Amino acid sequence: MQNIDLAIIGGGPAGLAAAVGAHTQGIRDIVIFERDSTPGGILNQCIHNGFGLHAFKEELTGPEYAERFIQQTKDLGIRIRLNTMVLSISPQREITAVNEQGVLHVQAKAIVLAMGCRERPRGALNIPGSRPAGIYTAGTAQRFVNLNGYLPGKEVVILGSGDIGLIMARRMTLEGVHVKAVVELMPYSNGLKRNIVQCLDDFGIPLLLSHTVTEIVGRRRLEGVKIAQVDADRRPVPETEQYIPCDTLLLSVGLLPENELSKSAGVQLSPITGGAVVNEQLETSAEGIFACGNVLHVHDLVDYVSEESLLAGRNAARYIQNALAETRRNIPILPRGGVRYTVPSMIDPRLMDPELVVRFRVDQVYRGYRVCVYLGDHLEYSRKARVLTPGEMESVTLTQAMFAKQETVPSVTVSVERAE
Amino acid sequence: MNMAVLTCINCPLGCQITVSADALGRQKIEGYGCKRGLEYAKVELTNPTRMVTSTVRLQNADIRQLPVKTSAPVPKAKIMDCMCALKAVEVSAPVRAGDIIVRNVCGTGSDIVATRCVAASESAHCKP
Repeated sequence: MQNIDLAIIGGGPAGLAAAVGAHTQGIRDIVIFERDSTPGGILNQCIHNGFGLHAFKEELTGPEYAERFIQQTKDLGIRIRLNTMVLSISPQREITAVNEQGVLHVQAKAIVLAMGCRERPRGALNIPGSRPAGIYTAGTAQRFVNLNGYLPGKEVVILGSGDIGLIMARRMTLEGVHVKAVVELMPYSNGLKRNIVQCLDDFGIPLLLSHTVTEIVGRRRLEGVKIAQVDADRRPVPETEQYIPCDTLLLSVGLLPENELSKSAGVQLSPITGGAVVNEQLETSAEGIFACGNVLHVHDLVDYVSEESLLAGRNAARYIQNALAETRRNIPILPRGGVRYTVPSMIDPRLMDPELVVRFRVDQVYRGYRVCVYLGDHLEYSRKARVLTPGEMESVTLTQAMFAKQETVPSVTVSVERAE
Repeated sequence: MNMAVLTCINCPLGCQITVSADALGRQKIEGYGCKRGLEYAKVELTNPTRMVTSTVRLQNADIRQLPVKTSAPVPKAKIMDCMCALKAVEVSAPVRAGDIIVRNVCGTGSDIVATRCVAASESAHCKP
């Protein structure tokens, strides 16, 4: 059994930033476990630009953004164990991993979970029909095209208008593929406006809102899909059904935090985010185990993943240095009125930094609403929001000064309310 | 009468901006919610540009495609020309991010540059 200070599970943007954060706080004995042959995670296949506007004030491609953090970890001498797959984590922070050398057992003083997320597959959708070749998640297609140099097909329909689907609509079009339509169940797209314009409108690709795929046709290879409009309850309207011949269907229908390992460590998960329940330190219910990035909750921007992960790494380091108090007094942070969840979902004001960013998502599109923060019953903060959409993560900042005004705060509430 | 509808990309509001000409041929831009929207509409109408990101074939490395981008945005109408210019390009590792792969691509004044550092493969000779 090898003993180390800090183990970081995953060498993508979250893991790399967490390592930097821990190093800054003075911890040196850090190991990042990465199952791929290179660090950088999903950024390596996100060759489009638009990354880093918040973090670096410039527009980078995915690989360029990753390179900044890879270089930083190299300069700091942080060890990355590549081609190494973590199999399980115990609540006592024992890690079992496997690589070409065999099975490794590592005991860590603290762990940062940074495994990212996975795409929802066809099986999560219950689309009727046969099971031919030619149905991929958008991210799988992205890997084929951008890393392996293969096109998955020639005539494509994309189900779901998340950003990966939109990005792939443009990418495949540029490579000479005919993208026939992007089909979206909801009456709005969860993708960024910029992607709708620059990935679909620029190339005349139709976006069919309130539509879904109702049948998959083809035995060995996909031959086509049936699509139909859906009613207000998202049920297909049979009269509107139409057939689109195609050899490939890409699915861009949501992301799920990948928490298999967290479960083995006994980490409590949120049914809403699919990620760990964390306090203001980004520490999970398992002592000394922290979480950040897409394994904690799915982000839209890598910039915020980096910001959150620097914090998780730094807090894990402080835990190792025994700087975190032993007894906590948790105040719940409650999502109300259109706010689906908050991360973190509890706070101990005595242990918080001078400022704490609380991130959240709303459940539908709100125009002309206010974002409000209550400490107990007292409205502490509010701001106008011209538009809030489920596709864009929002945040509010809690400060120590807010809590200093009241003796005891029973709870914090984050809500969206109609502006007067 | 000519009319164009644009979706503003500056924020999640996504204002629908319509551009039309009146009887005297004067341009009328409507529907933008802020100054940035007006500016966006003007640029989109006169000289729309885009960054082009793609990949080129890569030899002597563990990955088969090298990600690249234009060093500056190119005219929207030249996007497909840039893609055609990259079709036959093949690069051999090692490559550094920022290395120029194609100079002045399609006369745009913009170069195609690598966006990833790739080391030469130690085992490249036994790869298919």
